[in-house]
Order: sequence, then C-alpha cells, then structure tokens
Amino acid sequence: MNKTVNQKAWLFVLPVFILVAFNAVIPLMTVVNYSVQETFGDNTFFWSGVLWFTEILQSERFHDSLGRQMIFTFSILAIEVPLGVAIALTMPRKGAWVPVCLVLMALPLLIPWNVVGAMWNIFALPDIGLLGYGLNAMGFDYNFTRQIGDAWFTLILMDVWHWTSLVVLLAYAGLVSIPDAYYQAAKIDGAGAFAIFRYIQLPKMKRVLTIAVLLRFMDSFMVYTEAVVLTGGGPGNSTTLLSIDLVKIALGQFDLGPAAAMSIIYFLIILALSWVFYTLMMRNEES
Amino acid sequence: MARITLDKLGHSYMENPVADADWALKQVDITWDDGGAYALLGPSGCGKTTLLNIISGLLRPSQGRVLFDDDDVTALSPDQRHIAQVFQFPVVYDTMTVYENLAFPLRNRGVDSATTDKRVREIAEFIDMTHRLDDRAKGLTADGKQKISLGRGLVRTDVNVIMFDEPLTVIDPHLKWELRSKLKELHQRVGRTMIYVTHDQTEALTFADKVVVMNEGEVVQIGTPVDLFERPQHTFVGHFIGSPGMNVLPCTVDGGKVYLGGNQIAVANDAAQGGGTAEIGVRPEFVSFADNGLPATVVKVSDAGRHKIVETRCADQTLRMLISEGVEIPADGVKLAFDTANTRLYTDGWLAGSRSAGGEGR
Repeated sequence: MNKTVNQKAWLFVLPVFILVAFNAVIPLMTVVNYSVQETFGDNTFFWSGVLWFTEILQSERFHDSLGRQMIFTFSILAIEVPLGVAIALTMPRKGAWVPVCLVLMALPLLIPWNVVGAMWNIFALPDIGLLGYGLNAMGFDYNFTRQIGDAWFTLILMDVWHWTSLVVLLAYAGLVSIPDAYYQAAKIDGAGAFAIFRYIQLPKMKRVLTIAVLLRFMDSFMVYTEAVVLTGGGPGNSTTLLSIDLVKIALGQFDLGPAAAMSIIYFLIILALSWVFYTLMMRNEES
Repeated sequence: MARITLDKLGHSYMENPVADADWALKQVDITWDDGGAYALLGPSGCGKTTLLNIISGLLRPSQGRVLFDDDDVTALSPDQRHIAQVFQFPVVYDTMTVYENLAFPLRNRGVDSATTDKRVREIAEFIDMTHRLDDRAKGLTADGKQKISLGRGLVRTDVNVIMFDEPLTVIDPHLKWELRSKLKELHQRVGRTMIYVTHDQTEALTFADKVVVMNEGEVVQIGTPVDLFERPQHTFVGHFIGSPGMNVLPCTVDGGKVYLGGNQIAVANDAAQGGGTAEIGVRPEFVSFADNGLPATVVKVSDAGRHKIVETRCADQTLRMLISEGVEIPADGVKLAFDTANTRLYTDGWLAGSRSAGGEGR
C-alpha cells in the first residue's frame, strides 16, 4: 500500500492545537515560569532555579498537608468503594423501583460543591444543626469546629454522603451488564452467594470499579470547595488538605514562586499515583 | 440418571393468563427416557427455552409437574435437581483457569481434592482441553468456552440430564460441524440423557434419537428424524422440517374422497374422518412427472446441486417438487403424480384421523 504524503493535513489539527495551547499549555507554562523565579514586587523577576522546589519538598508544612491529604483520600476510598459496591448489589435490577433508586442515588451528585459544604456545615453545628445537636443530645461531646477528631469525622462523612453514589452508579452499571446466563450457570454449578460475588460479579465490575477508584482518587486528592466551606482547614491546620494549603500560600500569602512549585509537585503526585493505580488494577487484564 | 416426565406442564409469564395466547407453554406432556438423546426443535418464541428452563429448575411452571423418575422435583432448585446446562452464550468464569472452571461445580459441593483432580483430568481429556488446563479461561475462543461450559456439566457424576440451549449459535460454521459430531460421540460415551434445544433442523436431526417439535407453545410431534420426515403429524412439522418443506395445498373433501382443483387425489390416511379446513400434504420429494395426473405449469427451476427444485403452478397453487439431476423436465403439458403412500390429508393442520381434535383445547 502506498500512502499519500500530504503535509497539509496538519492544518486540520491546528484548531485543536490552538485550543489546547490556550486552555492548558500556556496557563501551565505560566505556573512553570513562576516556579523558577523570585520577585520582590514591582513586577520584576529573578531566576531562582529549583530553589522553590527544594524549599517546598523540605518544608514540614508541605509534608503535613500531604500526609493529611493521604489520610483523607485513602479513608474515603476505603469507605466509599466497598460501601458503593454493597449498595449496588442490593439495588433491584428490574422493575419499577429501578428509576427511583437511580434518581435517589444521583441526587447528591447534582448538588453544587459549595452548597454541599454549607449544608453540612449547618447540619453539623452543635447548637442548631440536626446532626450536631442530635449527637450532643445523645450524650456525645461533639463539636466539629473545635475538636480535631470531630472535624475529620464530619469531613469524611460529608464526602461519603456526596460521592458514594458515583461508585454505586458505576458498580450498578457493571452489574446490570452481566447476562442472566451467568447467574443461572452459577446456580446450576451450586455456587453460593459469596462465590457468585467473587467469581462473577466482581470480575465483571472490575473495569468500572477501576474507573470509580481512579475518579474518586483524583477528585478527592483535589478536593477543595466542600472542605473549605465546612471547616476552612481548621480547627488550627488539622484539616488543611493540600489544595487548601496551596490556596493559602498562593492567595493568602501571595508567595507565587513557592505556590507555583507546589502546584507542579501536586500535579505530578496525582499523575504518578493515578498511573500506579491504573497499572496495578489493569495488570491482570493482560495476562 | 433418571427418566424425566413432564406432567400437564403449562407456563405463562403473566400473572392471570386468560387467552390462549397468554400461555408461553400450553399443556405439555412428555416422557424422556433415561440416557436418550433428545432435541427440542421449533421456531424462535415457540416456548422451547421456557420448557428447558422449567426442566432445569430456573423457572417454576404455572401449572403441572416435573418428575425425575418418580420424584416430584417441580419445587426444587437447579442444584438440587442435579442437572447441567450449556447456554447459548458460553459461560465461563473469567478469572479462573480452565482447570478451576472445571473443578468449580465439584468444589462448591465439597468434593475432596483428590477426587476433583481425577474427575477434572478425565473430563479435560474428554473435551480435548488437557493441554490448556492451566490457561486462563478468558483467553479461549468461543468453541473452547462452550466446551468448558459442557465440561462443567460432565464433571459431576450425579447429573441427571445435560441440557443444551442452542449451544452452537456463537460458534464459527466450520467448527459447528465438528462440535456437533463431538456431542453425538460424547452422548454415546457417557450415556447421559441429553436434551438439545435448537431452531436448526440439521442440528436437531443429526444429534437426536428423538425430536420434539414445538410450535406456539405446544408439542406438535415427537418422533425419530425419519418419522418427522416421512409421517408429519401436523402441517407445521411438514413445512418446518425438510428443505424445501412439505407442500400444503388447500383441497376439498367430498364423501371420503379428496379433490384438488377438481382432480381426485389418493391419500394414505383415512379421509372420511374430521371436518374443518382440509389440506393435502405432500413433500417435494414425493411429487414426480407422469403421463397422467394433475395438469401443471413449470414456473421456475433452481439447481441445488444433486437435485433440482422445480416450482410449478398446479390448481392455482404453488407446488414445489424435487427431482434428481438426470430427470428431464417436460416442455409443456406437464402432468404431476403424487406418491400415494406419502400423500396425506390434514384437517385443521393435524393429520386427518390421527387425533380427535385433542391437544389444542385446555
């Protein structure tokens, strides 16, 4: 086969190229630009090399917020994924209740993030909120604005409430795609409920669950709005996650250089961890 | 191992079936002998899969009983009935190896590992899968997967019946033939009762000793392939089996004699009985050119290899005949003769005199 050589075809790619340049490459490069420069105001910049990167990587503050971020992300993953699968398994696969369940499940996903934060903030207030007041009435000493444990509890509960649905919907999509013959064959083969889950449902859900874990990982690693509206990173810095810390440095202290360096490190961490997740989960797929 | 009896079985997917058409399965009474090879043949939607699922226990019939030997198993679940089923689309457990797939039904039943190992290797030998035992089942081709599904049924020693629900649908044509003969061979080796559901007459007729032909939720004929071909009990059987199918020609009956377009036709069965719509059934194989007989005109001749299919117009109806290669087709003034022994009168679809309009009423 002879291929026609026609370099003019590149022109067709040009619009996309321009679009991507303006919405991704150029903004990213500005950040890169800031990350290697120092300024004393007056819009004059000096070359500072990898100074900000080493500074950020060595700072205790960064280590702490990264640690908190990890705890948050892995806690919600550990809760939302099994819980989502469990709920999906109990949902009806046929009949009039299917749309009802689906709409109920989708509702939390439709609420704007800052509204979720505000809702939970009020919900959890110890003096007027239903949750806060209720817990105190039951004899628990609960105050999420003052006690670190309570703040974390509320933060994680809010995320579980907001995002488990996503896992449910994805897992459910995987479940309904399993043909009846599999269940019938399993019945004939004498498989119990656990064996059906382990050898039919779980393998068939694997792809959608991979997507679910990836999405929840990335989103939770970048969570900002809900958390900042709920706790504002407090009490103290106890719930200051990476994104909250970044905003504090960039817009609170206006340290553009360190903030830019941190953004890049932040981005690379998400990229690397996503890659690791994906590779691990897809490894068995190939063999 | 068991004889299977279906006793006045009926099923409807509706809660309150009223009309005849509400029943996916009208009354069915069949006895399948132990160790036989049976086929359930019929067009799509005739109720054969419903019937199969009732036998396997995946579906509870609206009425009637299923007996294995003399035990009523109607209320038992599939695993309590000790049956095996191969589905239309191959079911394998993707994450397991071929070995684990075959061992799965035994492990679920708590069979010890030494016995399991022995059985698995034996069956793997049977289905030519010994060399792939350690491979992941996921990577197999459709026919390989279908063999595994079958193997999972064979591996158990307590299986009463193995059922096949159109198992060759997704298999490549050139492998179909191979698998079909493999199945036949397997039946002879294991001697288990096998029920094979299909809408493909070739599959049914080559596999089964006895074929059950179904149409619109009822059994129209049970018989050997030869029976179905030579003595169709119903015009449906005549038309559905054979290629081309039986000619079904509306006719008139007067005083025990059958007339087709004014010519009297001799038939093999008793024409005196029965009223209703009268039709003559004669297979294309049993129509020949003759010096005296029914006048007809040749419309079309198609060459089908070793024989020709001749389409004629006779008494204002289309009549197909099958003639061998060497036979000359007369130019005009064609006269046709029917082989009397294989020409029958049907009333209301059923062979005249064979049954007293039974079966259709419920």
